[in-house]
Amino acid sequence: MALRVENLRIYYRTLRGYVHAVEGATFSVGDGEIMGLAGESGCGKTTLGHSLIYLKPPMAYIEGRVFLDGRELPIWDMDRMNEFRFRHISIIPQYAMNALNPTRRIGPLIADLLATRGIDFRQILPELQRRLDLVQLSPEVLNRYPFELSGGMRQRVVMVISTLLNPSLLIADEITSALDVSTQRAVCEMIVEFRNRGFVRSTIFITHDMSILYQIADTILVMYAGQLAEKAPVEAIFRSPRHPYTRMLIASLPRVGARQRVERLKGIPGSPPPLLDPPPGCRFRDRCPLAFERCQEPPPFVEVEPGHFVACWREI
Amino acid sequence: MGSRSELMYFAWRNTKVRVGVLILALFVILAIVGPLFARHDPNAYVGPPAHPPSREYWLGTTTFGQDVYSQFVHGLRATFIVGLLGGGIGTLLGVCIGLLAGYRGGMVDEILNMFTNIVLILPTLAVLIIIAAYLTVRGILVESLFIGCTAWPWAARAIRAQTFSLRAREFVDLARMSGRSSWKIMFYEIAPNMLSYLFMTFILQFGGAVLIAATLDFIGLGPTQGISLGLMMNNAVLWAALPLGMWWWLIPPGAAITAIVGALYVMNVGLDEVFNPKLREL
Amino acid sequence: MNLEERGEAVIRYLGRKLFVYLLTFFFAVTIDWLIPRLMPGNPVDIMVSRMALRADAAEVVRSYYIQAFQLDLPLWRQYLNFWIALFRGDLGVSIWLFPQPVISVIARAVPYDLLLLLPAILLSWVLGNQVGAMAARVRWLDNTVLPLAYILTATPYMWLALLLAWSLGQVAGLFPISGAYGYNIRPHLSWVFIRDLLWHWTLPFLSLFLVMFGGWAIGMRNMIIYELEADYSRYLSALGAPQRLIRRYAFRNAVLPQITGLALQLGAIVAGAVATEIAFAYPGTGYLILQAVLNQDYFLLQGCFLFIITGVLVANLIIDIVYILVDPRTRLGMVGE
Repeated sequence: MALRVENLRIYYRTLRGYVHAVEGATFSVGDGEIMGLAGESGCGKTTLGHSLIYLKPPMAYIEGRVFLDGRELPIWDMDRMNEFRFRHISIIPQYAMNALNPTRRIGPLIADLLATRGIDFRQILPELQRRLDLVQLSPEVLNRYPFELSGGMRQRVVMVISTLLNPSLLIADEITSALDVSTQRAVCEMIVEFRNRGFVRSTIFITHDMSILYQIADTILVMYAGQLAEKAPVEAIFRSPRHPYTRMLIASLPRVGARQRVERLKGIPGSPPPLLDPPPGCRFRDRCPLAFERCQEPPPFVEVEPGHFVACWREI
Repeated sequence: MGSRSELMYFAWRNTKVRVGVLILALFVILAIVGPLFARHDPNAYVGPPAHPPSREYWLGTTTFGQDVYSQFVHGLRATFIVGLLGGGIGTLLGVCIGLLAGYRGGMVDEILNMFTNIVLILPTLAVLIIIAAYLTVRGILVESLFIGCTAWPWAARAIRAQTFSLRAREFVDLARMSGRSSWKIMFYEIAPNMLSYLFMTFILQFGGAVLIAATLDFIGLGPTQGISLGLMMNNAVLWAALPLGMWWWLIPPGAAITAIVGALYVMNVGLDEVFNPKLREL
Repeated sequence: MNLEERGEAVIRYLGRKLFVYLLTFFFAVTIDWLIPRLMPGNPVDIMVSRMALRADAAEVVRSYYIQAFQLDLPLWRQYLNFWIALFRGDLGVSIWLFPQPVISVIARAVPYDLLLLLPAILLSWVLGNQVGAMAARVRWLDNTVLPLAYILTATPYMWLALLLAWSLGQVAGLFPISGAYGYNIRPHLSWVFIRDLLWHWTLPFLSLFLVMFGGWAIGMRNMIIYELEADYSRYLSALGAPQRLIRRYAFRNAVLPQITGLALQLGAIVAGAVATEIAFAYPGTGYLILQAVLNQDYFLLQGCFLFIITGVLVANLIIDIVYILVDPRTRLGMVGE
C-alpha cells in the first residue's frame, strides 16, 4: 500500500479551545490510485491533506499514524518531515497561482529549490523541459518572472515543480476550483497523465466538485464535519452509495439536461455542526433522515464490501 | 467579528495595550491634576536661578528662576491639546480623503492620490518655516491646524487601502442598490466597519502630532505664548542649560514626550494584535 | 515583453514620478512667493516694524525692502522675476550676514549637512534592516530589540541629542557639545582638523542614527514577518525548502517597501536633522534656519526652504531610480504608484 493512515486526529488550536477538524481518520490509498477527497466546505478535507505534508500551527497533531511505502511519516516533526517533502510526498496547493516568488525568475527559483535538495539543476533540466512541454508550456517560461505569466500558466508551472522529483504521493488541493470548465478539463487530464507516465504514484485529489471526481478518480473518500463517511470505487459511490450523506450528495447533483421546472434542485436541509465543541457520535445525525438512538455512538469506518468502507450504523 | 464588549475584553487582556493605556493615563492625570499643585505661574520669575530640584521647587528652576515643575505640567497640558486637536484634524482629513479616494476609485482616486503624494513629499517643516516667518502671533490652534493639515496623508493612505477592500463587500452593493448617496454609504456603511482601524489611525496621528509639535516648538516655530514641552527644551538650549549641567530642565520634557509617544505606539501594536489576530500568535 | 516595451514602461513610470515632483516644486515655490504677499498687511511694513528703528532709518530700510521684494512691480512680473532669479541661482542677499548672497551662505553649510545626513541615513537603513530581519526570526532578539526600537523611534530627535550631549558630553566629557570643529582650529586639510571634525561629528551623528535605526528595524521586522507568511513562503516550506532559502527570499522582497519607505521619510528626516543641528549648534542648514528665524532674515529663510525642497525632491528621484533597478515588476510596468 502506498499510503496508510491510522486513526488520524488533527485539531485547530484557537483562543476558545480546540476545533475538531479531523476526527479519527483511517484509510489507505494504493499504488497508482487517484483518490478523490470530497465534501463540503469546512468538512476537513483540506486539513487532512495538509496535515500529511505540512502540519503547521494552528494545526495541532493529536494522535494517529501515517505510513508511506511502509515507512512512518513523522508528520508532527517539522524538521524530520523535510526528508520526505518534495521527494516522496508533494503538494499542489490551492493558492498555486500565488505560490511563486514574485521577484525571482522561474528557472533560478527551481534551481535554488533543487540545490537545497542536493540536485544539480543542469542535470534535471532536460527532464524539466520535457515536463513543461507536456503541460503545454514553452521552456521560455524558465526565463520569465511569475507575473509575466497568466494565472493558469503559473498553476501549471507549480504542477510541474511539485511533481518534478516523482513523489510517491501527490496531494492536489482544490486545484480546479478557480478555473473555467475547459481549463478544468486540461488540468484533470494532466493529473491523470502524471499518474499514467509514472511521475506520480498515488494522488489525493481534494475537491468539492463531485462531477470532476467522476471523470478522473479511481476511488472517492467522502468526509463530513471532520469524520470519514464513505470510501469506495467511483462507480460504487455514484451508483450505489451507502452512507445517507453520500446518497443525498449524489442526489443533489444536477443532471445534464434537467430543467428546473421538471426536476427541482435538491439540497440537504440544515448545516454542519460546529466543530469547536462537536456533538458526540455521528455528526450527520441532525440532518440524517435515518438517524436513530445508536447514532449517539460514533460509527466505525468498516469495510462492508471489498474496497467499500462506510461509517453508518444502518449499513453495518 | 465578535461583539464590541468581547473585543474590549480581549483588548484589555493584551499586555501591550494595558501598558500603553496605563502610561498614557498616568500622564493625562498629571496634565489635568499637576497644574493644581503648581504654586507658581510657569513663566513667572519666582525662584533662585538654576537651582536643582528641591522641596520648594520639585523640578528645580530655570536660568531665570522659573519653576520647572510648573512649566512641565502646564507644558504637558499644551502637548495633549495639540496632540488631540492636531491628531484629530489629521485623522478627519485623512479619513475623508481616504474614504473618497477608495470608494470612488477611477479619476477621483488618481487626482486625490497625486494630491496626497504632493503633500506627503513636501517637507512640512520647510513650509512651516515660511509661514511662521510672517505670522507674528501664533497660537495653539494655528499650530494644531497646521499639523493636522500636513500629517493627514499617512492616514489617507491607510484608510484608502481599507476602503478598497471593504468596497467589494456585499453590504456595500446592497446599500448602493437601495439608492443611498455615496457620502451616506461611506460614513454609515463603510466607516463603521473599520472602526478599529480608524481608532488605530487616530492613535498614530495623535503620537505623530505630539512629536511634530515638540520639534516645531523646539525650533522656535511654535505658539508665541504659553509654554510647551518642546519650548522648554528650546529655552533650555538657548539659555545654556547644557554647559551648566541643568539636567532637571533638559531631561523631563523630552522624557515625557518619549514616554507618551512610545506608549501610543506600543498600544497601537497591541490593538493590532487584538483586532487583526494572526493565527500564529497562538 | 521585449526590451523596447520594458524601456517604455520604465520611462512611463519615471515620467509620472517626475511630473509629480515638478508639480510639487512648482507648488512649493509658489507658496514661497505667495506667503509674504498673503499675510495681513504689507510684508515690508511687518519686517520694518519688527526692527523698531527711528523713522528716517526705517524709511531707508523700507525702500530697500520694497526694491528687494519688487513690490513696486505688477504682481505677475514679480512672480516671473522670482522664477528667473531662481534659475539664475540668485536667492537674494542675506540680512543677518549682509552683504553675503544667500546662496553662498547656504553653500558653506551644505557640506556639513551631507556629512551628517548621508552616513546617518545610509547606516541606519542598512543596519536597521539587518537587525530587524534578525529579530524576525530569533525570539530573544525580538523580545529585546523590538521594545528598544519602539522607544528609539518614539524619541524626539532633539531630546536624544540633548541626552547624549548631556551624558556623554557634559557629564562624561567624552565629546564636545557644539560646533563642527574647535574654536581654535580653522578648516584645512590635515589629520588634526579631520580628527577634530569627526570628534565633533560623533554626537550629532549618533542621535540621528539611533532614532532612524529604531524605525527601520521595526519596519523591516514587520515586513519580514509578512513575507514569511506569504503564499510563496508556505509553498517552499511545504516542499521542504530550508529556512535559509525562505529567509533569503523574504529579505529580498521585504527590502523593496523599505526603499519606498525611505523616500517617504525624507520630510521627517529633514525635520530631525534641523532639530539636531540646532541642539548641537552644528553649522548646517538647520542651524542657519534658527539664525534666520531669530534675526528675521527672510531671504535666508526662503533660500533654506528652496534648498530643502530641491534636496528632498532630488533624493526622491534617486530613490525612485534605485527602486526601478531593484524591483523587476516596475521594469515591466506592473507596479505604478
